Parts: sequence; structure tokens; C-alpha cells
Amino acid sequence: MLFGTGLAALAVTGDADADTAQAPQAMPPQAGDLLVQATGPQAGQPIGLPLFKTPNTLIQAWAKDPTSGVVRNGSRLNRVLLVKIDTAAMDDATRKRSAEGVVAYSDFCTHAGCWIETYHADNGVILCHCHGSAFDPTHGANVTGGPARAPLASLSLKIVDSHLVAAGPFDGRLGIPQT
Amino acid sequence: MFRRSLFMTAAFAACVAHSARAELATTPAYSNVTQPRLDKPEPQNWLMPRGTYNGWGYSPLNQVTSDNVKRLVPVWSLSTGVVDAHQAPAIVNNGIMFVSTPQNHILAINAKTGDVIWKYERKLPADMQQLHPTNRGVALLGDKVYMATMDSCVVALSATTGKLAWNRCIADWHQGYYMTLAPMAVKDKIVVGVSGGELGIRGFIDALDAETGKEDWKFYTVAAPGETGGNTWKGDSWKTGGVPIWMQGNYDPASDMLYFGTGNGGPWMPDTRPGDNLFSTSAIALNASTGKLKGYHQYHWNDAWDWDEVSAPLLIDVKKNGRNVHELVHAGRDGYLWEMERTPAGKISFVSGQPFVHQDVFKSLDPSTGRPTYNADKVPGTNKKALFCPSLWGGKDWPMEAYNPQTKLLYVPANDNLCAEITGEPLGPREAGSLYVGVPIDDIFSSMRPRPGVDPTKPMKIGQLQAWNLATGKKVWTHDFIDSATWGPVLTTGGNLVFTGGTNDRMFRAFDATTGEMKWQTRLNSGVEGTPSSFMIDGVQYIAVQSGYGVDAERQNNGLKKMLKPRLDHDTVPNEGTVWVFALLDAKTANTAN
Repeated sequence: MLFGTGLAALAVTGDADADTAQAPQAMPPQAGDLLVQATGPQAGQPIGLPLFKTPNTLIQAWAKDPTSGVVRNGSRLNRVLLVKIDTAAMDDATRKRSAEGVVAYSDFCTHAGCWIETYHADNGVILCHCHGSAFDPTHGANVTGGPARAPLASLSLKIVDSHLVAAGPFDGRLGIPQT
Repeated sequence: MFRRSLFMTAAFAACVAHSARAELATTPAYSNVTQPRLDKPEPQNWLMPRGTYNGWGYSPLNQVTSDNVKRLVPVWSLSTGVVDAHQAPAIVNNGIMFVSTPQNHILAINAKTGDVIWKYERKLPADMQQLHPTNRGVALLGDKVYMATMDSCVVALSATTGKLAWNRCIADWHQGYYMTLAPMAVKDKIVVGVSGGELGIRGFIDALDAETGKEDWKFYTVAAPGETGGNTWKGDSWKTGGVPIWMQGNYDPASDMLYFGTGNGGPWMPDTRPGDNLFSTSAIALNASTGKLKGYHQYHWNDAWDWDEVSAPLLIDVKKNGRNVHELVHAGRDGYLWEMERTPAGKISFVSGQPFVHQDVFKSLDPSTGRPTYNADKVPGTNKKALFCPSLWGGKDWPMEAYNPQTKLLYVPANDNLCAEITGEPLGPREAGSLYVGVPIDDIFSSMRPRPGVDPTKPMKIGQLQAWNLATGKKVWTHDFIDSATWGPVLTTGGNLVFTGGTNDRMFRAFDATTGEMKWQTRLNSGVEGTPSSFMIDGVQYIAVQSGYGVDAERQNNGLKKMLKPRLDHDTVPNEGTVWVFALLDAKTANTAN
């Protein structure tokens, strides 16, 4: 505020993002992208329903351009989380975005940018380990606890050849809301 | 004169931007911060996080006393516009206050009126992770203000305008490096260190030229093969050995020696990095001019409990058996109160160690070196469960102790009666910027246990403010906080007072420094993790502190809510940050009386 408003605009920051913003690797998931595992021994492999082995399974994924083979892991914002939940518990918008009970959201916590690794099926929350933000996957990943102030962006899914594929881009704001 | 005109230019521009704020014209001229001023700050100023290089957190100001503190009232407050853990002190230089916040904002404020002079907002990378969204303060030197940023850079700003002078990035945040500490201004250098111990980094301390940002020296806190201590790591474990520097150090101008506390080794499980893991969980002495290691004392070896020894040891002279001992004193996260002796050459020798909270890991200390032996069943490992006390957050985490030369007491913000149980898991491959801990996340955040024998269904003593007589090695008084840990750094003053916040009831409190009697408390908008400071303007003593709750205080409190259920179910601690400044209701009268 005051004089500082002008100064804030002058503040030098990491400008590297601008250079890579349009690179295919840095682009967020696109409609038709295949989702592949981001972590673990099967990293890079496509994701089918059998991978949801337990009610608590949360799979972290990157989007992969099926034509070029580019994996869109050039920005931490692009990582996707997948959980399989009861379709009957979903609101209409969530159900419309889901595929065979699997829902997809941004894996980038809207509180402080940690990647989310935990789903607790018994109380129905996606939980960020960093600071305890909790999100409801049945209702658009709305915040149900902790310091986050915004829901996770949603990603519509479809199944192609038994594998999960993005049906559109992220719906909702990616990243941490600016104060 | 030139500096004054610079400042007036800034003030004029501000008035143009917002002409109604005519009071800006009353903002005092800026006084450059010189090395002699840092070596011996004026009582009315607070030029560095702990007031003085020795780390005491002591203000000699005595207008506010244990007798009149009940008349302490807020004189102004300012919302920072930021949430999360506001841990930085108000740094004050002749009426100009500098406060940093999470997200690496800096506010320059007229310390008397609360008017904002300028504001700097770091534009952090949009896709960056902030494991600890906080900042622990700025440094002042010459005509500049310095801040270490979350994306591992140091910025130097004009103290009068907030305009960027230089920006120097010292590590790659994509690799897990970040900074939360307050930089240290020492002679012509700005000294910083990196965080990221949970992300597979190799910790270091950097000294940058204060005028240009160019690196002067670097000291790695994880010794490499061939270096002193390099044989305490096996294989390539040193490359991801952690040992972050979370906090600013302390400094002895007479010997030109810097003293830092170092973090734990990474990953967490000790079997993943067998050996002592120098210089983890240690106090280290570095020559400030060269960065050369001159001495160290490792509090505990091959850490298994996430017991970063975060805060730097305090430099205190203690009379022991008729001898004046130049001590380093540290209340450890490992739950022991450590006293060491320092020499001008930098050598650090063990003097004593004793538990200040319940600690069941150490079986004994070597009487000459202080090296502990461990109870094997209290050491977790990969696929090995262990229950141990104190908890992962330790007997005292990052909040700093304070020392009062009048009472000759050390004040420790401690947490007792909490333990933890964890089991390590086999490590997968390290992914840059991702957690590299080796303990399941769910285990970590459900790890807290009450001390065996303590009934959590009844009101539970957890947080404590303790006062210790270092000459006798005895605890003099304790104030217990019920059903709350404390995360409040401590300020002590010449008015026989101790100030601290840190509890989950949002209170900011003042205690009689001699007796421990609570003399004053007030409830603020949010939890108080800020480092309190004190300063004087126009004959009025002020006490400043930031509220704003988050990070580990909030994490631990979430665990307490489960453990103490349902007692804390309805207690919420908001996260919004605010700068608070207090003074006596009739300070001028009190001043006359004094």
C-alpha cells in the first residue's frame, strides 16, 4: 500500500517461469493426455483401475501427451492426484468429472504448495501432510480443515483402453491464492 | 544529510501516492547501521533478532517493570495481510521498524505511529513448495535491509525506499533448498544458511558481500570425504545428509567467531547414514572472516528423532567455582540443557548437560566430552519402532531462550510430557524437491504420545517457561501452560520482566523475571509465535511482537487436539498475521517517575 505498492511492482523475482510457461513439458494437463504414475517403481506407467488396491490408495500422476510422448512435469503445479471413491457420495459436478469412481485433482496443495500424498477413506478426506489441510474429494475438493483457503483444481477424466485420460484441462485456479 | 534527503524523497513520493498521509513527513531520518552500532546497539534500538550478538534477547530498557506492566496496552497494530507463522521480530532503528512475514514480505513502519513507509513483496515461484512458510527476520547494515527468501535467495533493499539493490540466489529451490532464517550482518558480510533437511539437501552456510551479494565463503554443514568429519558419513550419504541451518547464529566480535546451531541429519532414520554425521546436531564455531571451522560440540550423534539443534548457543559468562567461564549455553531439542566453554580460538569444550524435560533416550553422558550413550530401544530405525521422549518437536524447538544479566537467569520455552512413536520405512529413490525422510507421513503426524504415566484425559502440563541459574545449575522457577505447548521466543528486560507468547490460547504474557509470577497477559487475534522485542522512542518504551499462527506450532497443536480430545475441540487458533506494539497507558508519567 501507499508508496510500497509501487515498490512491490519493482521487486525482482524468479523470472525463469516466464521462459518455460509455454514449453509443452510445463503446460498443465490437456484434454486427451494420458495419466502416468509420477512416483514409485512404476513411474511413467499408465494408470488403470486395478491400481486402486486399497480404499486409501492415492496415486500421484503426471499428464503425458500421447502424441509427442512429452510428460508434463516441468512445473510442480501440474501434478495430479487420483483417488477412487463412492460415486453415490459425489455431488453432481464431481460425478460428471469422474470416471468409474476415480476423481482427479491438482496434487499441489493450495496452502503452501506441498504435494499431497494421503487419502483417508474412513473420514473421506484428502490430507496434506505439510500443514494438515483437508479436502473433500466428493465435493470438488472443497477445504474441510486446516489452513488452506481454496479447493484443489479439478480434472475431468475418461477411460481409454482401460487407462485414465484427462478429459479436459484443470477446472479451477491452480496454486496458492495470492494474499 | 544525504541519507536524510534520500528518506525525504521517499516520504515525498509516498505523500504523492496518498496525499492524505501527511504524518509521513514526521517519519524520522534513517540512521545507517555501522559495525560499532551492531557490536554495541543503543538501548533504545533493536538492531538484530536477539537485540545483541550474544543472543540474549535482553533489552536494558526499564520503563516497563514488573510493578507497572499491568498498565501495558496496545498503542497500534497492523494487519500484515499474510497468514501463517509470523516468527520474525520487529527490528527497530531509531524509530523505523522493519518486520518480515511469511511469503517474504517486508514492512517498513514508523515505529511510533504504525504508518507504513514502504512494503516489499517477494514474488515467489508459483509452483514452489513451502514446507515451512515463515520468515525469521531481517538484517540491517549500512543503508540496507537484508532478507533470506523461501526460494533460496538473499535480497538487499534500500532501507529508506524498499528498492531492490541486489538479489543473489545461493541454491536451487527445485532441489529442496529454502531459507527461513534471519540473515546476520557481520562486518561487511551477510551470513545465511539453508533449510531443506527433509528434502535431501546438503546444508551449508554462506557469507555474501554486503554491497554486491557476491559469495565470500561457504561452509558445508555436512562434511564431505576428505574433509574434517568426512569419515563420519558412509558412502554417498553425505550428499543428501541434510543438516540445515534454520536460524541465525550468534557472534563474538572480540574473537570474530560465529556460533551456529545445526539441524539433524537426513533422511531421518539413523541406519540410512551410519556414523556420527558431523556436523549435524551441533554447535559450531566459524571464523567470521574466513568461514573456517574453529570448533564444534556435537550434542548428540547419528540423530534418530528429528531433533534439530536449531537455535544458536547463547554467549554467557558464568561464574563457576570462582572462575569466570565464557560459556555457550543451549537448551536442546534433545531435552538437555547444555553448557560449554568457548575460547578465543574457537575451541568448544563440554561443561555440563542435564535434562530440562523428561528425556528417556540418553543413558549417560561421558563426563569429559558430554557424548551421550543411548537406550537402544529408544532409537527408531528402518522397520524398527521406538517410543521416545521428548517428541519429534523436542524439549525446545526453534523458539529462542533469553538471558537477563540482572537476574543472571536463563529463560527457556520448554515442552514437557510429550513423547513420540515412529517407525522408519525403506527409502525409495530421491525425487528432487520431494520429501526424503524415510518415515511414513501419516506416522509422523500421528506420532505424538503422552509421557508414559501421564493421563491425557486430565488437564495436562505441557508448555513451560523455565528459569535456570547457570552458576548453580539449578532450575529456579517454572510456569506451566496447561493443555498447550509453547512456541514463543522469549524477551527479557531491564524492568525485571520476561515476555513470551506461544500458547494455543493466543495469549501474550509478561512474567516477573525473578519470581516467575505472571504479571500481565492479553489475548491477541492469533497465536503468538513472533519474537518479542523492545525499543524506545521519545522517552516511551515499547514492546513489539507479531501474532500469526502456523507451521510446527499448528502441526503439533493438531496432534494435541487429537490427544486431548475433546478438550480442545472448540478452541481455534486463527492464522492471520498482525504486528502489535504495546506501551504503558501513561508512559510519560511512568518515565518521569523512573
